[in-house]
Amino acid sequence: MNLQVDENGRLRHFLSIDGLNRDILTDILDTAESFAGVTEQSIKKVPLLRGKTIVNLFFEPSTRTRTTFELAAKRLSADVLNMNVSVSATTKGETLLDTLRNLEAMHTDMFVVRHVDSGAAHFIATHSQPHISVINAGDGRHEHPTQAMLDMFTIRRHKQDFRELTVVIVGDILHSRVARSQILALNALGTGEIRVVAPRTLIPAEIDSLGVQVHHHLQSGIRDADVIIMLRLQNERMQGALLPSEHEYFQLYGLTEERLRVAKSDAIVMHPGPINRGVEMDSQVADGSRSVILQQVSYGIAVRMAVMSMAMRSGQQRKGDESQ
Amino acid sequence: MKMRISGGRVLDPANGIDENLDIFIGDGKILAVAAELDGFNAEHDIDASGRWVIPGLIDLSARLREPGHEHKATIESETRAAAAAGITTLCCPPDTNPIIDTPAVAELIQNRAEQAGYANVLPIAALTQGLKSEQLSEMAALKQAGCPAVANVGPLANTQIQRLAMEYAQTHKLTVFINPQDYWLGKHGCAHEGKVSTRLGLPGIPVAAETAAVARDLALIELIGVKAHFTRLSTLRAVRMIARAQYDGLPVTADVCAHQLHLTEMDISDYDSLCHVIPPLRTQRDRDGLREGVKQNVIQAICSDHQPHEADAKLAPFCSTQPGISALETLLPLSLRLHEEDNLPLSETIRRLTSGPAHILNIDAGNLSPGSPADICIIDPERIWRLDQNSIQSQGRNTPFMGWEFKGRVTHTLYRGNIVYTLD
Repeated sequence: MNLQVDENGRLRHFLSIDGLNRDILTDILDTAESFAGVTEQSIKKVPLLRGKTIVNLFFEPSTRTRTTFELAAKRLSADVLNMNVSVSATTKGETLLDTLRNLEAMHTDMFVVRHVDSGAAHFIATHSQPHISVINAGDGRHEHPTQAMLDMFTIRRHKQDFRELTVVIVGDILHSRVARSQILALNALGTGEIRVVAPRTLIPAEIDSLGVQVHHHLQSGIRDADVIIMLRLQNERMQGALLPSEHEYFQLYGLTEERLRVAKSDAIVMHPGPINRGVEMDSQVADGSRSVILQQVSYGIAVRMAVMSMAMRSGQQRKGDESQ
Repeated sequence: MKMRISGGRVLDPANGIDENLDIFIGDGKILAVAAELDGFNAEHDIDASGRWVIPGLIDLSARLREPGHEHKATIESETRAAAAAGITTLCCPPDTNPIIDTPAVAELIQNRAEQAGYANVLPIAALTQGLKSEQLSEMAALKQAGCPAVANVGPLANTQIQRLAMEYAQTHKLTVFINPQDYWLGKHGCAHEGKVSTRLGLPGIPVAAETAAVARDLALIELIGVKAHFTRLSTLRAVRMIARAQYDGLPVTADVCAHQLHLTEMDISDYDSLCHVIPPLRTQRDRDGLREGVKQNVIQAICSDHQPHEADAKLAPFCSTQPGISALETLLPLSLRLHEEDNLPLSETIRRLTSGPAHILNIDAGNLSPGSPADICIIDPERIWRLDQNSIQSQGRNTPFMGWEFKGRVTHTLYRGNIVYTLD
């Protein structure tokens, strides 16, 4: 049983790229394309979700992702509630399920969830009332599917055919929910070649089973690449003895104009943000002509509008069925 | 009471018996296993025709949650469930609260079990005080108080303490139970490190967490010559290392949890928290290796690793749930299934649940010898049944086997000559 898709094959929750086929992913991208027009108009609202209540349920601090979800919901005319549930509140004895029940009682239609535990969005979707849709805004090191979809959207706007592309993901693959979702989405969309680049300490076990090639050196990894995605490096990786220092990381894996020369001449550079300048890449690259980083941010709103409206449509149908 | 179990197929691997015989019981002991016993007048007769009659099962690892975690289960509730599962002897690991590191706690547990009267509970004592790996526990006094073995659960970073504790245990002829998992390699993990953990984004526990611990402790066992028992193996490689050590003449034995012989990492694919166990479910190859270890007698016992929980303990995202399965009532069914699926001879299957563990504990149980306590389990081998909310007896309902259909069911359990369970 696929929790994410309803009996009509439509998106019900958006928990992971895992389990979704090319048709649904393409549908999301096409829908996002139509909303991209809306966000570029002077009046940026559509009334699709008027009267609906969306709760941003963030158990992990986040400004950027939460803000784009909030903006996406508001542009769809929904009412938005932001809940930042600190870890301390849940350690007071209130379980995740208690929190959920309380919010359900406020007649919520959708949860947008970020949580430190892998599988948290899946858990919430399993235990919510049937009319509620759940969108995963990042669960542990599992998946961050809306980020991956906005990345796919960005790639599709710049490149033609996924089958022709070589896409490289550089950085902390082990802890990255973004990387997992990207790999799954790229594969579902038929990408020609996917590579990951990192030292052994940041590569998860048997990653090749997800359909990627593993490189430990940046130069070989980005050779002839069409798309280079740099991941954010968290400071705590140094304390965990996964890396010696930021300095050495930048020496080996930092993207510079010089190094970028081995990639295709029209290669684009992406980053889910926020960038550590001088760690993942230098400012010349981040602000240079190849960089599409700021476009990613603006496309993020259209993609999230698409996912929210699609999942809500399925949810409302179920609500109608219940009341009959 | 004088009792006769008549007409059953008696399976007693310890005595090499597999034939239709009657069992004669008096004063809580077995008087004879024979066709007839002159001058015996039974006050009670159990008709066991068409049934198997085997020694009561011995479970080397069952958490009963008392003292300290009575909201999950009690000695009374879990020994009653054990009786329904044909288990008449259970070993309780030392991580109760308070920890089993004083005779008082060991005696408390045995007294509670005695009061309940369903099964014999043997407390496994802590190897070090408070399980902290700092000071030795009073092993002589703990042995005196009825603990057949000592164990360390949890972190054991200090190899010198481990060595000294093993030497002290050997001084008192206590078997050391070793639950092999390197603390640091396993610390943050909740699933087997491999394909599935990578896909689900779950922190992994590598195979090396188990093999590094086995290798270290085998080196110490070789140095000291202490009798050691590796509990709850999960990897093919560890089975091979222990087989090699046994071949080299080291005094080591091993057990495996019944669920490890049937489930693999694939079973956590949907973040099924009921399959969250430590050591984690591993690959098909590991599962097959464990089965082979059981077949080859590298693994002499199958245990339940019973860990009953309240419902809330499993209602959270996978890694935040408490590990463990409520497993008493699937110990025999899963072992019989192994017999059916894997052609493990029936007598060997029974041996892994009776005389195998008895030998590891060095106790007089797990056999039907005249003079032994009349701990007996009677099984209807043809009875098909389903584990469900109505049939489960344990206070813990946390089992991934809920809804499974099994063939072969316990119809009677006798503990010290008393009928402590009847099915119908």
